[in-house]
Amino acid sequence: MMPTSYEDGHISVSGAGGGSMPGKKPENTAFKQQRLPAWQPVLTAGTVLPAFFIIGLIFIPIGIGLYVTSMNIKEFQIDYTGVDMSSPCYNCSQNFSWNSSRPCACSLPFYLDQPYDSNVFMYYGLSNFYQNHRRYVKSRDDSQLNGNQESLKDPSKECEPYAWSSSKPIAPCGAIANSMFNDTLELFYNDPNGSKVQIPLTATGIAWWTDKHVKFRNPGGNENLPAAFQGTTKPVNWHWPVYELDSDPENNGFINEDFIVWMRTAALPTFRKLYRIIQRKNNMVPTLPRGNYTLEVVYNYPVRSFDGRKRVILSTISWMGGKNPFLGIAYITVGSVCFLLGVVLLIIHHKYGSRNNIAT
Amino acid sequence: MTNHSHIITHHPPPETDTQIQTRWETYRLLISTNAIKTSKYNFFTFLPLNLFEQFQRIANAYFLVLLVLQVIPQISSLSWFTTVVPLILVLTVTAAKDATDDINRHRSDNQVNNRKVQVLIDRKLRSERWMDVQVGDIIKLENNQFVTADLLLLSSSEPLNLVYIETAELDGETNLKVRQALPVTGELGDDIENLANFNGEVRCEPPNNRLDRFTGTLSYGAQKYPLDNEKILLRGCTLRNTGWCFGLVLFAGQETKLMQNCGKSTFKRTSVDRLMNVLVLCIFGFLVFMCTILAVGNYIWEINKGSNFTVFLPRENDNSAGFSAFLTFWSYIIILNTVVPISLYVSVEIIRLGNSFYIDWDRKMYYSRSDTPAEARTTTLNEELGQIKYIFSDKTGTLTQNIMIFNKCSINGKSYGLPDVRGSLLQQKDAVDFSFNPLADPRFVFYDHSLVEAVKLENPEVHAFFRLLALCHTVMAEEKKGELLYQAQSPDEGALVTAARNFGFVFRSRTPDSISIVEMGKQQSYQLLAILDFNNVRKRMSVIVRSPEGKLCLYCKGADTIVYERLHQSCSKMMDVTTEHLNEFAGEGLRTLALAYRELDEDYFIQWKQRHHEASISLEDKDGKLDELYEEIEKDLLLLGATAIEDKLQDGVPHTIEQLSRADIKIWVLTGDKQETAENIGYSCNLLREEMNEVFIISGNSSEDVREELRLEEVLKSNSGASPEETSESVKLVKDEAVSGEYGLVINGHSLAFALERSMELDFLRTACLCKSVICCRVTPLQKAQVVELVKKYKQVVTLAIGDGANDVSMIKAAHIGVGISGQEGMQAVLSSDYSFAQFRFLQRLLLVHGRWSYLRMCKFLRYFFYKNFTFTFVHFWFAFFCGFSAQTVYDEWFITLYNLMYTALPVLGMSLFDQDVNDVWSFQHPELYVPGQRNLYFSRKAFFKCAIHSCYSSLVLFFIPYAALSDTVRDDGSDVADYQSFALLTQTCLLFAVSIQLGLEMSYWTAVNTFFVLGSLVMYFAVTFTMYSNGMFLFLPSAFPFIGTARNSLNQPSVWLTILLTSILCVLPVVTYRFLLTQLCPTVNDKVQKNQSLCRLVGLEETRVGRRASRRSGYAFSHAQGYGDLVTSNRFLRRPAVSLASGFPPVGRTTTGFSPMGRSAGYSPTGRPQNSKVPDVEGTSLQMFRTIADPPL
Repeated sequence: MMPTSYEDGHISVSGAGGGSMPGKKPENTAFKQQRLPAWQPVLTAGTVLPAFFIIGLIFIPIGIGLYVTSMNIKEFQIDYTGVDMSSPCYNCSQNFSWNSSRPCACSLPFYLDQPYDSNVFMYYGLSNFYQNHRRYVKSRDDSQLNGNQESLKDPSKECEPYAWSSSKPIAPCGAIANSMFNDTLELFYNDPNGSKVQIPLTATGIAWWTDKHVKFRNPGGNENLPAAFQGTTKPVNWHWPVYELDSDPENNGFINEDFIVWMRTAALPTFRKLYRIIQRKNNMVPTLPRGNYTLEVVYNYPVRSFDGRKRVILSTISWMGGKNPFLGIAYITVGSVCFLLGVVLLIIHHKYGSRNNIAT
Repeated sequence: MTNHSHIITHHPPPETDTQIQTRWETYRLLISTNAIKTSKYNFFTFLPLNLFEQFQRIANAYFLVLLVLQVIPQISSLSWFTTVVPLILVLTVTAAKDATDDINRHRSDNQVNNRKVQVLIDRKLRSERWMDVQVGDIIKLENNQFVTADLLLLSSSEPLNLVYIETAELDGETNLKVRQALPVTGELGDDIENLANFNGEVRCEPPNNRLDRFTGTLSYGAQKYPLDNEKILLRGCTLRNTGWCFGLVLFAGQETKLMQNCGKSTFKRTSVDRLMNVLVLCIFGFLVFMCTILAVGNYIWEINKGSNFTVFLPRENDNSAGFSAFLTFWSYIIILNTVVPISLYVSVEIIRLGNSFYIDWDRKMYYSRSDTPAEARTTTLNEELGQIKYIFSDKTGTLTQNIMIFNKCSINGKSYGLPDVRGSLLQQKDAVDFSFNPLADPRFVFYDHSLVEAVKLENPEVHAFFRLLALCHTVMAEEKKGELLYQAQSPDEGALVTAARNFGFVFRSRTPDSISIVEMGKQQSYQLLAILDFNNVRKRMSVIVRSPEGKLCLYCKGADTIVYERLHQSCSKMMDVTTEHLNEFAGEGLRTLALAYRELDEDYFIQWKQRHHEASISLEDKDGKLDELYEEIEKDLLLLGATAIEDKLQDGVPHTIEQLSRADIKIWVLTGDKQETAENIGYSCNLLREEMNEVFIISGNSSEDVREELRLEEVLKSNSGASPEETSESVKLVKDEAVSGEYGLVINGHSLAFALERSMELDFLRTACLCKSVICCRVTPLQKAQVVELVKKYKQVVTLAIGDGANDVSMIKAAHIGVGISGQEGMQAVLSSDYSFAQFRFLQRLLLVHGRWSYLRMCKFLRYFFYKNFTFTFVHFWFAFFCGFSAQTVYDEWFITLYNLMYTALPVLGMSLFDQDVNDVWSFQHPELYVPGQRNLYFSRKAFFKCAIHSCYSSLVLFFIPYAALSDTVRDDGSDVADYQSFALLTQTCLLFAVSIQLGLEMSYWTAVNTFFVLGSLVMYFAVTFTMYSNGMFLFLPSAFPFIGTARNSLNQPSVWLTILLTSILCVLPVVTYRFLLTQLCPTVNDKVQKNQSLCRLVGLEETRVGRRASRRSGYAFSHAQGYGDLVTSNRFLRRPAVSLASGFPPVGRTTTGFSPMGRSAGYSPTGRPQNSKVPDVEGTSLQMFRTIADPPL
């Protein structure tokens, strides 16, 4: 090695000083001499091409699997905004105000052309609703929602202008809570024999466990909520105070699951939120058999002002969640592209790749 | 006080104590002390000054503004801590570094300031610290002491008030110079009483930086005496061969010419730095552009949607859409500020620091003989080392060791001296033992024992050979403290006479008409009848002597070709043999001389002498007549042999130069040396080559001449057939042009002075750049800097200057990178350099290994860093379109805070500190790997643009894949997963994976540390995330950690992980494809070398030896000047050592300090007298003699 040859020469000459050199000589460690052992990967045909093929071969089956899974999920959507004159909810949708004293009801018939076997999840979907707007997102007081007494009496400034109402603190404060979705949805099965059977909907188990048990807590526990919320007032748009959301004390106040679900703001302007679960009763009967259904809506929530849409979605789920063919298609696409690229690169490598071997 | 603004007075100290006090105090108040200060801060000023400086950096100021913005609640889109934490970190790290730097400067200042010197105070000599010396003080200097301040020489120990000084620290010249005090002050002697009573006033020019000029007057008594440079000792000189001297301090401290020459140390920036600044400004512009788009978007949104949405989200204070857009603009400035993250600057500093440490730690740049490791004195320029295009090198002490060594000889057809003895390869014990000769110089080393045997066997030719060397020269001997010292006019001659001395022919002394030598222990006196002096045409010198036996003999030594023409035909056989030897010597790069003699006929000589006398007194064409006479007598010579002298290059210089030129680095040698010497060195170190098409020499004496000579361009162009260069005035850059064939250019100092004039500098530069190598000789320090500046000005290239002496300081400071050769006497060059090491050959390691790696690492770092931050930031941009342009962040605030500080900091640092595409051995094997750096290929605007595009793609993938994957998706238990928090978590996780994998692609050297950093950061991310999202943290501070449970609830979803996998692959796929295609279709050198390296990692390398062919070059002709023959025969020089002449020269014992002659020839005179003309007016006092110096044997 040429760089060392000189050094060696010098060492041999420098013996005059008695051999012991002062300690300015740098230490001979792999780190200081930049000789740390290392793995030096190089992009060669031998590594890149197989990688492409392997990715292709892995992605395509995954994609197919995802796609099939997604396709097997049954989903039914019904828009009940009432934009159309023909829509049963047209009249109700004309009501733009929050605090209409007279509830407006409408019912939408629909037909399920296949039976839904497992648990069916009932979602409400909103479109064009900017739950992810910065001012909206931050307009809440997590401390209040966690049952903090001080925050209950003195909500955070973030909640403005929904922190105080008629010089009483609002509980729950903030724009998110204030705009909580308050339509009531009920589902009826129109039995072929003519009777209308209400389908039982489960209102619990729709929120994250952590939200229900950690993030949201009623002030002073769940005992005697009216007393706990003494001295606060309901959000401006609400019809009832927060402690009257449900009769079940385990699902009332801040830990009401409808409320919790609403408070978990959506990432995108079009979103769906779990409303109810239709539990499967037994293995013999489908949860929702094929047939006619009626959706009874108590129409409170105004969305026409901002061109919003309201939907109800009935869906089954799989191991990968709800119906979303995107992932499956994406995997198949990427897998195929990889595979194709692999082939193209292989050809290129065979045609041109030999060049750089000769050149050196 | 018209033009003499500076007055220095020295009054005798008054008698009473109080008055003494007054005098001292007045001085202290009025006059600068000798203290020098290079440090910037002191204890109290550090914090305010440093902070002020730091906030002058645009980035820091920017972050301060951001911080202010974040405090405004309407704007604040991010918590204040996202900016404060990094800012404080940055300020602290930088301040710590500045503090250490300044402490070091304080130390070195203190060391110099606290040197001791004897000062005359209160009629007594007192030892004072340098810093306490003041203008007007009289100080006493002793031999080998540094001159404390700029002094007026008052008196000295030597006859005629002479002192000898070495100005190496000032101008790099190691030969001794003489200064002489005024006779009137010289009378003061060392009489303290007289000196203390000295009452004089000096009026002189104000402090300036001209080293070669001084004007002033001394008023002493009633008389006025003119003062010039000959009476001044400048700070930085060293007193030599002089017992003591007294001087009056004229300028002290910062006012000394040395310090004035130092100039303000300018802050050097690397080109990457400059590019980075430009880019950062562009990024600011881009940031504003993005924010404007988003603000406009916000305006439109507010009008179209927001106004309808007020049911759910009322506007604050009913602000209009316009105001909202205005606020949004600033909010987005805050959010998107991560395009120029502050951590960029910190990381850059850390990387540079790390790479500087590698230089300090490199054992292969450690010189064990002087125990000097390489030192990176500046830690901010490393990557510039990988981009050097031009190297400006000093010669003496840099390329050469400044030592001439009598290496070989050929006597009577027999060659002596071992083949290719390169000093260091042989052990001291193999050397010839000269103990038989009590007068031998112990420094002299010779390895061929047969020559000593031949001397001892009294071989007549060998004796004649050495007798010639002892007689035919113009060296003057001096005996001091029992040591025989030679003062040679050229170092070659010193080496030859020393050789003769050691082989038993000791030159002892000379008078104008005799030469005393000791021949094999026998004292002999030769009558010196004539000296046929050297000149550049004759290229030889002869002496005519009468031996003690009465025989008349002419001894001649000179360039072989010249001598061969004058040989008697009887020696034709020996000529052939000797020619062979000469070729051999020349092939080893040795300087050769041929030696011949002729016995003269008494009658003929008397007649010749008569004619010679007539000629020498004739008024017209004296030189011509003399030359004819010389020509007449120097014929029918008998060849004695030849000598070979090595102007010892530093180890490995030719190889280094070869390597550097293979790396396409152009090397210019700028030296104060004579043209011939410089040329010779040029050949011996491979800079000039015989196979070059032509070596142009420019030595015109007028502007027109030089212009004419510089018209080479056409010659070169016509050869290459290149199209004429399009000179666009606006660009003002000289481009590199292709020239067929290799050319060299040699230009000397006074031609250079013309060439550097504004009108001609472009011509000069063009011509010079067409040549492969350029040598500028006899240049002043200022010209060195000018040349560097010229290249810097018109060529957009990175320059490096390397030198060892104070004369190189200006050039070192002017160049982008200054390198000092340390371990020599002077430290001036080192102190102003950016890098220092002990040997020139380390330069190739500094550039080809450290420089290349540093550049590579820095570029990789910058590319990756911009990539990761752009990607990070652009996602916000895309998200804006889906969140009503409300400046909502995509990620969790904690992630934003920690992204640059924690999650991605270490992996990229790891890469930038450890990465190497190929290891050092391969870097040496393939110097062409260096070329991409010179062309700025790794990080340029184009590369930056590419990485911005890449980021754009990645951010699109990173936003829209999670978007599509999550929209309308639910968890496997039916509950929500498309909420904002889950989306944030998913996107940030995807981002982190994508950038980590991208880093993996960039990294070509995975050490354990790197792997640990990369994996560790990912692990850290998950650990921190789970901690931040845990119940405990939330319950502790509910509003600071609202993301509780998000990690648990979404990261257990298979679809989330599938999304992460998909985005990662999609981000990397195009990059891998692109790179693979590049390596396949147009592989770079790097690709090839990398591949080769990985193929044969275990195969040993063969050393590529560069064969060197060289023509015979006569050493004598290259460093000798004429006129000295006259001098030694005149009485003038003998005035001084009159005492030693009178003594009878008893043989002295073996002395402990011998000498190896060293030095360079006379000082430079850029525009003064023409170089090769006669110098008739050589004065005794201005005689420049090569001193003998005690130097450790090498």
